[in-house]
Amino acid sequence: MSKPTSNDAPDFARRAFVAKATTAAGAAVVAPGLVVTAFAKPADQPVSAKTRWGMLIDAAKCAADCTACVDSCGDQHGWRDESVGRPEQHAQWIRKVGLRDTATGHVTSVPVMCQHCETAPCADVCPTGASYRRPDGIVLVNMHTCIGCRYCMMACPYKARSFVHQTLTDQLPDTPRGKGCVESCNLCATLIDESSGTAPQTACSAACQKDGNGAIVFGDLNDPNSEISQRLKKEPSEQLRADLGLNTGVRYQHV
Amino acid sequence: MMQQVRYVLLAVAVLLGGWIVPTQQAAADIDEDIALGAKASAAKERGEGCVEPTEVMRSQHMKFLLHHRDETVLFGIRTKKYSLKNCISCHVSEDQAGNYIRINSEGQFCQECHEEAAVHLDCFQCHATTPRKK
Repeated sequence: MSKPTSNDAPDFARRAFVAKATTAAGAAVVAPGLVVTAFAKPADQPVSAKTRWGMLIDAAKCAADCTACVDSCGDQHGWRDESVGRPEQHAQWIRKVGLRDTATGHVTSVPVMCQHCETAPCADVCPTGASYRRPDGIVLVNMHTCIGCRYCMMACPYKARSFVHQTLTDQLPDTPRGKGCVESCNLCATLIDESSGTAPQTACSAACQKDGNGAIVFGDLNDPNSEISQRLKKEPSEQLRADLGLNTGVRYQHV
Repeated sequence: MMQQVRYVLLAVAVLLGGWIVPTQQAAADIDEDIALGAKASAAKERGEGCVEPTEVMRSQHMKFLLHHRDETVLFGIRTKKYSLKNCISCHVSEDQAGNYIRINSEGQFCQECHEEAAVHLDCFQCHATTPRKK
């Protein structure tokens, strides 16, 4: 008889077993003898736990005065320069956070967004199941189920979520948004899902490579050959609030 | 007796004829008048239909949309058939300047029918009413 565990402590051994079992079953079903690469999910296939999307952000490369990632996210998802409501209530899917060492005066600047936790506190507390984690590691809000209670906003240790207070117009086709729902970084899930055959990029990582300083690397944490996995293996990195044991999908360096 | 039956049958035939013809005419009028949208009109001229027969789409489109919605949101399946984005890209109309007209504005494909049927259309509180700008 095993020791009874409390409901709120996830059983990681069981999760690992289930993940392995489903992955094995999936591989057998998709096509025997064919290994499906992580970044080429056909549009008609569901996402699977074989992939776990994540980002690595190097604070040493991130410049305090650069906002390429924030601007591109706002443009991609349509929350930049909102004209309605009060500025302090405007949505902020990603923001630059500065940390100043009071002893030396050194300033570290990094973008902070949804960290796409494996054990996401937002999904834990959501009363309707609207906050959920997709099998490929992306934490999302199902806005059809969200009742706007904002419990998830209180639960999130990273202050990553926003509530839409005003009636919106001119939303973008790939990012539905509306009054009364909570929203946050979706790791550009649409771009990833529609990137069949190519390596996907999030808007922020693409902008950081192009207009910024190349501080953000996006990729599959489960693929040992991906750039992000290689770097995480060779170089030291950390999670924000690692003490919470959330196993975040977004990792930082030199913070 | 036979004479009376004949009169009754004739009367029924006249009545039915008078009723059926205008009904068919009305149905044809709806098809002609509705703003199908630029791409959908072109497809109709080529003899192509929607993703399902028109009668099925009229009565069942909300079920297709709801089912596809859950597959997309929960499992990341983004096929074009039954996707709201694809409905809009086909059924949206353009004004004379070539700009898209909101599909939920008066006389447009979604709005016109929903107004006729008195069914509130709330997709567009959150979803885009036009395709991505050209």
